[in-house]
Amino acid sequence: MGNGLLVGTRKGIFVLKADADRHTWSVSAPHFLGHIAQHVMQDPRNPQSILAGMSTGHLGPTVFRSDDGGDTWKEATKPPAFRTGERLQRSLKSVFWLSPGHHSQPGVWYAGGSPQGLFRTDDSGDTWTTVDGWNDHPMWETWAEWPVEQTPDGSMLHSVVHDPRDPAHMYIGLSSGGVFETLDAGADWHPLNLGVVSPMFPDRDMEFGQDPHCVRIHPTNPDRLYQQNHCGIYRIDRPATRWERIGDNMPKSVGDIGFPIELHPRDPDTAWVFPMDGTDVWPRTSPDGKPAAYRTRDGGGSWTRCDKGLPDAGWFTVKRQAMTVDDHEQIGVYFGTTSGEVWGSTDEGETWQPIASHLPEIYTVEPATFS
Amino acid sequence: MPRVRIPTPLLSYTNATWVQATGDTVEEVMADLDRAYPGLRFRVIDEQNAIRKHMRIFLNNDIADDLATPVTEADEVTLMQALSGG
Repeated sequence: MGNGLLVGTRKGIFVLKADADRHTWSVSAPHFLGHIAQHVMQDPRNPQSILAGMSTGHLGPTVFRSDDGGDTWKEATKPPAFRTGERLQRSLKSVFWLSPGHHSQPGVWYAGGSPQGLFRTDDSGDTWTTVDGWNDHPMWETWAEWPVEQTPDGSMLHSVVHDPRDPAHMYIGLSSGGVFETLDAGADWHPLNLGVVSPMFPDRDMEFGQDPHCVRIHPTNPDRLYQQNHCGIYRIDRPATRWERIGDNMPKSVGDIGFPIELHPRDPDTAWVFPMDGTDVWPRTSPDGKPAAYRTRDGGGSWTRCDKGLPDAGWFTVKRQAMTVDDHEQIGVYFGTTSGEVWGSTDEGETWQPIASHLPEIYTVEPATFS
Repeated sequence: MPRVRIPTPLLSYTNATWVQATGDTVEEVMADLDRAYPGLRFRVIDEQNAIRKHMRIFLNNDIADDLATPVTEADEVTLMQALSGG
């Protein structure tokens, strides 16, 4: 079994394959050259299954799916879409996020969209239906800031994460809107945002309206969630309902603004972020142009700068789906940049090596295995 | 049977620039195209039956922004998509 990465870019999908020690990498020719790959994800329950949320210029959004590990692709017979004739007349502009469902539900995936719709498939991505409990929730228009979208690229639903102990227990993130939780497989939802600040609003303790950029649940301690928010890094340990700003423990000169947060697959206290500049006009490049990941090994109580091997100066952004980890004994940490580079570390961020360069703007990096 | 001209971003569906479709309206022509080339219609027309932004459907030389526009056997329907950005 080989290892690699699925890299989704503004101009298509690239498959990166590694040798056994993950030091030598190959880069495929582009799949879907010229198409926008918003998210590309392998099914951990069936590695032959890969889904890609795609757009193409001004064409409508769709999902492409492979049942043979990426050798051949088919378009979804019924892509994610809102219901025709619905009261709000919503039209899906983007399939922004893809998440495989619970391990007990093979073939189930969820897709998050822009506008902030939630969609489900039960047949590995071929036909999709709306999750009515979310899309038709009486509070949806308020939570999802409809119809005035607050983010320049459109509002997005992302971070569809499952409690591995209970397929009915899920969380989603809205940019913007906040984190929401369901306990009944999506029939009803409630906000989970207390403690998360949002300097864009006068109310410092809002129930919703925050801007989570990336939310992760820990697979071995599913009571623990982390989020990289527009305005800080947070952790919550359920059943608590208030997030703690662990980003306050980052160096003040760096701050705790960013897009991704990634978790160690076995250690709930270890996580990585990739801070970005949130000063004046928010350039969202690395603070002072000095790229670095930061790692915590104590649940956010302290953070260590991880920049060995990275350039002394660089002016790129790492987007929310563009950082990931694999599950090797010594795990790999990877990120892709808006300048088309992929970097990897096989020592948990101590040192980094370039894996690929000269790719288009990278939107998403996800781990993959290949037979 | 009206002829339909396919823009390059949709050639992956038809593998041909010109195709035949049946229908007495633009809507029926698009529905027939989708039967022959599944998925094509949704790339052009959204789930609320609106022609997508920056897409155009021409009936001969006139914009047909109403899907109920009548189509005759001799007509040519052209699907067009703007190209923008880098």
